Amino acid sequence: MSSRAFVFIIPIIVIAIFWAMAKFEYRNNNDPTRKGYFERNGKVLGIAFIALVAFWTLFLVGLPYLYMVVESFHPQLPPIKRGGPDDILTIAQYQSFLLSKHTDSINWLHISSLGFTIFVSIVVTALNFCICYPLAYYMAQTGATQKVRLLMLCLIVPYWVNEILRAFSLRLLLASKGLINQILMWVGFTDVPIDFLGNNTGLYVGLSYAYLLVMMFPLYNAIESLDKNQIEAARDLGAPWWRIHKDVVIPYAKPGIASGCTMVFMLSAGSLAAPQFLGGPRMLWFTAIIYDFFFQNFNWARGAAYSFILLAVCIALVMLLLRLFKVSLGETIR
Amino acid sequence: MSAGVELDQITVRFGEFTAVDNATLDIKGGEFFSFLGPSGCGKTTILRTVSGFLEPSDGTVRIGGQDMRGIGPNKRPTALIFQNLALFPLMSVSENITYGLRVRGMGKAERRKKADELLELIALPGQGDKLVSELSGGQKQRVAIARALAVQPQVLLLDEPLSALDLKLRQHMRNELRAIQQLVGITFIYITHDQGEALTMSDRIAVMSDGVIQQVADGKSVYDDPKTAFVASFVGENNAFAGTVTRADGDYAVVETAFGPLRGRNSHGLRPGGRAILFIRPESARLAAGAPDATFSSKVKNVAFEGNMSHVFLEGIGKKDVTVTVSRQDGAAIPGQDEVAAISYDPNLGLVLPEGKMARE
Ligand SMILES: Nc1ncnc2c1ncn2[C@@H]1O[C@H](COP(=O)(O)OP(=O)(O)OP(=O)(O)O)[C@@H](O)[C@H]1O
Ligand SMILES: [Mg+2]
Repeated sequence: MSSRAFVFIIPIIVIAIFWAMAKFEYRNNNDPTRKGYFERNGKVLGIAFIALVAFWTLFLVGLPYLYMVVESFHPQLPPIKRGGPDDILTIAQYQSFLLSKHTDSINWLHISSLGFTIFVSIVVTALNFCICYPLAYYMAQTGATQKVRLLMLCLIVPYWVNEILRAFSLRLLLASKGLINQILMWVGFTDVPIDFLGNNTGLYVGLSYAYLLVMMFPLYNAIESLDKNQIEAARDLGAPWWRIHKDVVIPYAKPGIASGCTMVFMLSAGSLAAPQFLGGPRMLWFTAIIYDFFFQNFNWARGAAYSFILLAVCIALVMLLLRLFKVSLGETIR
Repeated sequence: MSAGVELDQITVRFGEFTAVDNATLDIKGGEFFSFLGPSGCGKTTILRTVSGFLEPSDGTVRIGGQDMRGIGPNKRPTALIFQNLALFPLMSVSENITYGLRVRGMGKAERRKKADELLELIALPGQGDKLVSELSGGQKQRVAIARALAVQPQVLLLDEPLSALDLKLRQHMRNELRAIQQLVGITFIYITHDQGEALTMSDRIAVMSDGVIQQVADGKSVYDDPKTAFVASFVGENNAFAGTVTRADGDYAVVETAFGPLRGRNSHGLRPGGRAILFIRPESARLAAGAPDATFSSKVKNVAFEGNMSHVFLEGIGKKDVTVTVSRQDGAAIPGQDEVAAISYDPNLGLVLPEGKMARE
């Protein structure tokens, strides 16, 4: 039995698990008046629901991932050789990230690209937090309703434009002969145009802009539910404004901050469009490498392996930070 | 230690709306002073002006003789206890209590000591490490008081702090608050719409209506000698008889009411022809005939027996009944339903006030 066929057995196992979960749904619930899952929905509908949910999670979410996991442990082979004697399980694709395939020297190009991607994503996350926190605080706590609505609209409307167009228009603005350089030269700030794209300013701006709302909404939601009196109580007890934020607002909004930061970090590390349009020529964005493996070299195995490396590094980092700031994973999706 | 608070012609406007209208008051140091008034009359607004969260549109607030203009709430010698307490849910009881000291830079060991002292004061010794959510309503109340007292304010401002508690606890906390005030000796400014609270605890009371201070006096004077129709109708039960003054002689005036001419004390010196309201408290009226211009009659609608006393409700003018409270010691016979009874009162206890806005009910 090939490993690919194995993938298709798992659905049956998962359906069984789902069914068992439904069956024992109220096992730990002591309320006797509460109806069980099948009592509420009937046998036929109940089974249909479970089957549909299982189908959706499996075939549209689970299986493709699983397929990619399996794929990443295979060598790159032309279609005719698939399933043949050369089609063995191997960790060569993962190895190739660390060591160049032929020369056996350390693969600095890809490693530094990953490092760069992670670094930029962290900076973008921090940048977005610094931009969004004051805004979210203003909108949630101090702003007058009318102004807040207007501000919200100004924040949302740009996102009606699609991502590529947005990135491209930023590129036009930031180019050496773009509007911003022209203005800077006209004011006399600089004589030669500043290379915003080459020095990665464009990349930071573009990524921050792309995921601004992703940071904004969790922060806004978290701060909005904070009782105004808490802030006033701290102020009344003599706290200066920064202490109020440090002691009252931020601890309260921590789950929101964590979920905003996690999402911005994950999305920007995995983004494709903004880095391609706005990144400098000196550094490679990691997803661009993955993209090339899939669509230029048709090396799905290595592309998949690289994807999982990125995913693993990101998850590890997020977990580390959540642990560091004492937030549980459950809280972030509160 | 304690400072007086002066309000000098304070007006607070929100846009077109005037929430506090030209309030002038002199609260003495160490006084337990209450603001009493119905919901929305501007009590919280006054308190926020004193604590510095609001700048008055006009007028001056002085605390301890010092003009407070431009001084923020974190710099004023006041501490505020919020209507919903606003304890910090993520801090322990001790951390809550000593938060004000922490922002003032007091060291940990000293804070610990201070917290223990205050926990002792509010009768919660050894409970400093609990979370706020683990406390009962009354305990939270006391923690809020301790948190405010920790910063040694000269004036403590309390915004209906007991309104969230049940009746029993509320009555208990009244005594406790009063005891704490006497112990620490600082000025308490207390806000409430519950007249029982105001009357039992306060040295003086300001009765407010629609942003206007109607009367400032001690509880007994507010009850016995209300200065406006609003105060007479808001504080305690009162029977009101509107009419026109027909005669004014010396300290008394006769008002022509729907029940005929009735006499009362004319404390405002009203002249004949003026519109007036005669107020007679239920406990001042008797179910017997008396002097001709202090007696009227009406049909009994129903009687509510309450143990040591009975309330007799008689047909009044419009929807509002005339109430007479008969205490058991009087030994007076209580008429049956639908009987027509004579009602009389001591004209000294009937009060003739100029017509004006009445408390809603
Ligand atoms: N920030 C504000 N903007 C506009 N109007 C306000 C504001 N704060 C209070 N008001 C209005 O001022 C009036 C007085 O409000 P305030 O909160 O002082 O009432 P209160 O006497 O404390 O009532 P309650 O007993 O219900 O707490 C109300 O009519 C209220 O609508
Ligand atoms: Mg209020």
